[in-house]
Amino acid sequence: MKSSVIVFPGSNCDRDIADALVKMQFKNQMVWHKETNLPKSDLIVIPGGFSYGDYLRSGAIAGKSLIIDEVIRAANAGCLVLGICNGFQILTETGLLQGTLLRNKHLKFINKDINIKVMNNKTKFTSKYKINQILKINIAHNEGNYFTNSKHLEEIKKENLIAFQYCDEKGNINNDSNPNGSMENIAGIFNSKKNILGMMPHPERMIDKLISNTDGVNLFSSLLN
Amino acid sequence: MMRINSKIIEKHGLNEEEYKNIQKLLNRNPNLLELGIFSAMWNEHCSYKSSKIHLKKLPTKGKQVIQGPGENAGVIDIGDDDAIVFKIESHNHPSYIEPYQGAATGVGGILRDVFTMGARPIALLNSIHFGSPSHHKTKSLLNGVVSGIGGYGNCIGIPTVAGETKFNATYNENILVNAMAVGHAKKNKIFYSKAKGINKSVVYVGSKTGRDGIHGASMASAEFDENSEEKKPTVQVGDPFTEKLLLEACLELMRDDSIIAIQDMGAAGLTSSSVEMASKGSLGIELELDKVPCREENMTPYEMMLSESQERMLIILEDGKEDHARKIFKKWDLDFVVIGKTTNSKNITLKYNNKIEGEIPIEALSSKAPIYERKWTKKPISKNQIDLKKLKKIEIEDSLIKILSSPNHSNKNWITNQYDQMVMCDTAQRSGSDAAIIRIHNKDKAIAVSVDSSANYCKSFPISGGKQIVCENWRNIISVGAKPLAITNCLNFGNPENSQIMGEFAECLQGISEACKFLDYPVVSGNVSFYNGTNKKNIYPTPVIGGVGLIQNLSNPINHLFKKDNSIIILVGKTFGHLGQSCFIKENYSINEGNPPEVNLKNERENGENVLSLIQKNLVLSAHDVSSGGLLVSLSEMSIASNLGVKIQKPKKLTNINEYFFGEDQSRYLLEISADHLTRVEKNLKENNIFYELIGKTQKKYFEIEDEMKLDVNYLSKINNQWYYNY
Repeated sequence: MKSSVIVFPGSNCDRDIADALVKMQFKNQMVWHKETNLPKSDLIVIPGGFSYGDYLRSGAIAGKSLIIDEVIRAANAGCLVLGICNGFQILTETGLLQGTLLRNKHLKFINKDINIKVMNNKTKFTSKYKINQILKINIAHNEGNYFTNSKHLEEIKKENLIAFQYCDEKGNINNDSNPNGSMENIAGIFNSKKNILGMMPHPERMIDKLISNTDGVNLFSSLLN
Repeated sequence: MMRINSKIIEKHGLNEEEYKNIQKLLNRNPNLLELGIFSAMWNEHCSYKSSKIHLKKLPTKGKQVIQGPGENAGVIDIGDDDAIVFKIESHNHPSYIEPYQGAATGVGGILRDVFTMGARPIALLNSIHFGSPSHHKTKSLLNGVVSGIGGYGNCIGIPTVAGETKFNATYNENILVNAMAVGHAKKNKIFYSKAKGINKSVVYVGSKTGRDGIHGASMASAEFDENSEEKKPTVQVGDPFTEKLLLEACLELMRDDSIIAIQDMGAAGLTSSSVEMASKGSLGIELELDKVPCREENMTPYEMMLSESQERMLIILEDGKEDHARKIFKKWDLDFVVIGKTTNSKNITLKYNNKIEGEIPIEALSSKAPIYERKWTKKPISKNQIDLKKLKKIEIEDSLIKILSSPNHSNKNWITNQYDQMVMCDTAQRSGSDAAIIRIHNKDKAIAVSVDSSANYCKSFPISGGKQIVCENWRNIISVGAKPLAITNCLNFGNPENSQIMGEFAECLQGISEACKFLDYPVVSGNVSFYNGTNKKNIYPTPVIGGVGLIQNLSNPINHLFKKDNSIIILVGKTFGHLGQSCFIKENYSINEGNPPEVNLKNERENGENVLSLIQKNLVLSAHDVSSGGLLVSLSEMSIASNLGVKIQKPKKLTNINEYFFGEDQSRYLLEISADHLTRVEKNLKENNIFYELIGKTQKKYFEIEDEMKLDVNYLSKINNQWYYNY
């Protein structure tokens, strides 16, 4: 399985995701944002970080970079695209995913392990998880407060396009288990064809017991399937 | 041109005698540009003129040391081809005036010191001290500093993994913000700042130069007064995004041998970087200032030389490497301009539009800078003894609750949750334990890092205080199973012209030095920050120690969380019940008197080495250093973190239970041992004559002292977790 990680100035989880992909047996390559050709890939990953320093608005400038046209073309042709954290923000800026990520409700950067629930396991990203499985996973963001219009919200609920929702250890999805104020505790969503996933939590941080846990492993092994 | 008069000289932080000295060294009067350069290089921050003679006494050598003090950062050997590069630095004055930018640029500056040497930064730490929580400025300063530290580290993508936050009225008008950076390099790819060869290109890379930070270093070398707010324009503004680009570009260029010397533009910017490189190489340097990339229009040579704009570096390149280097910096959208060359003149020569605007012998700015042997006085031992019998009796339970809910002992996750601790995916132990653990990327080994200070101890008796902070740091490193290797120190003190303050400095250093020597824990880098005070009110002496240790094999990392119920709890080290300067008497009785606990260095070393050996043999389930708050507070920290309780016996020998449970005697560790390992552990300790006590067991749910107190761990956790959120 061939993967490409797009690197923007200010990306800072690019090495982390690349290491994770290689560890999970992907054939990975890094693609600089000024490139205009995307190597043939089965999976494109837009990593976390602060592309362009989050200036103007998180993801806004990266969403207009040279390589993005290629990413959009590939995505529309069915290539799998995963955006993590800043990558999710960039995907909403490009229009590949709808909605936007607002400032966290408490107006502070949050880094901690939180729980999310797998809401749809019938996708190429999540097939190795059980439905309603609770994962403990790390978040690290200033703007992770997902917002979308009511029409789109109805649509993603109806079509089962919510990938993950924030919950507590027991799986309860409520205000107390919502770290950043996201609508419906949304932590990640798919596009309608389910070949694009944007998520705020960092699965690449959860693949090694010595460092954290292995709750992120199945996302990558699902993709390999 | 402006005429130099006494007012201008004073404004540059120079005294009359120093000015005369400048005239003598130049054999003429300096012009304003030259005066500015002398002012930048001769101020306390850059010249170490008051501290130099004392700093020489610190032990800086050892077989683990690759580079001691004097470079951008210290370098130590961690085996194979790996080296660790680290340093701590203060950014106190700017952070008080503009907390967000002050703290952020403190982080940015220390990161540059580390990657200048060829290391990829892998961890950030900080020690921050604020005034009393009730002081009207404290809340906004706390907010600003924490956001600034997080803002910079999170954006550049280096995990902020450990630190300390303390409150004391002594910092009401002068907070402390010390930042430490740790990097990893290949042993044979360390870059230094010593220029070599003449006619080599001097290259300016990074951000453009603006008018920010002009005279920042001089500001850091003066006391504050009621007009300090006016100094806001001298605080630099940080741009972590540009620093990230600069970091990647520098590391990319460092892959081959293009660089002869490299130096970051930190305090006193272009001035100190060019002078330091030339001085170390015994060369001259010529700069054409019209080539300096400027952010603002009509900048004068004076402003360019004294600007402290951030995210800039000066590089001396090998012949013929310019195009290659330019390409890399262009890829990262950074400025790259050849602004001068090395010469054999031994002068710094500054040209603007081909006209010489200033010329100073390098020596006059470095080796001939003033050095002062300032007067200092010894601190007498306090004769005040604390007599508990004369104080109102307080239940042990109430004392514990009081301490655990106090600002200084409350859980700090309100702070640490604002820092990305996980980026780079090598953080094996995050904030909250005795030390953080960072794995060396793609290897089995790891380093442990911790920062520590004890200003109360240092104030009451500086020699003991100095010793104690080194020892506490050493214990913290050992408590996570690492062998302590070396330290960096940030020496925050008041006005050195006051003999008592200078005495605090000299004696703290004496204590630090003794402990470091005895423990083979050398100082490889550091920073001195004097003039911490406002209107003649000096802060408590606050040296901060940042230590690094090595874990050879990270297969079984250890921390202070109890692992299961029914384990045996062992207290290693003797408990005498020392309450002078303790948390117990401060929180309960607001008493600030008495001497700090004395450290027996022999016991410290033997206890530490034996605890480390037990951990390395996998005989220990969890470990915790016993420090501020004493035995009971340390036990409760283990309980709260793991949600497991304890059942502790009352001491058999010591009569006063408060002395036993809250005494702050040094060299002690708490160990959780599985019952089936107890015989082996006891045998090991006995054979090595290590004093220990079996004090109780872990249990579910309740934190209990037999016949004395019994509290639900959830309750302890609740009271320990609320202060920051309610503040």
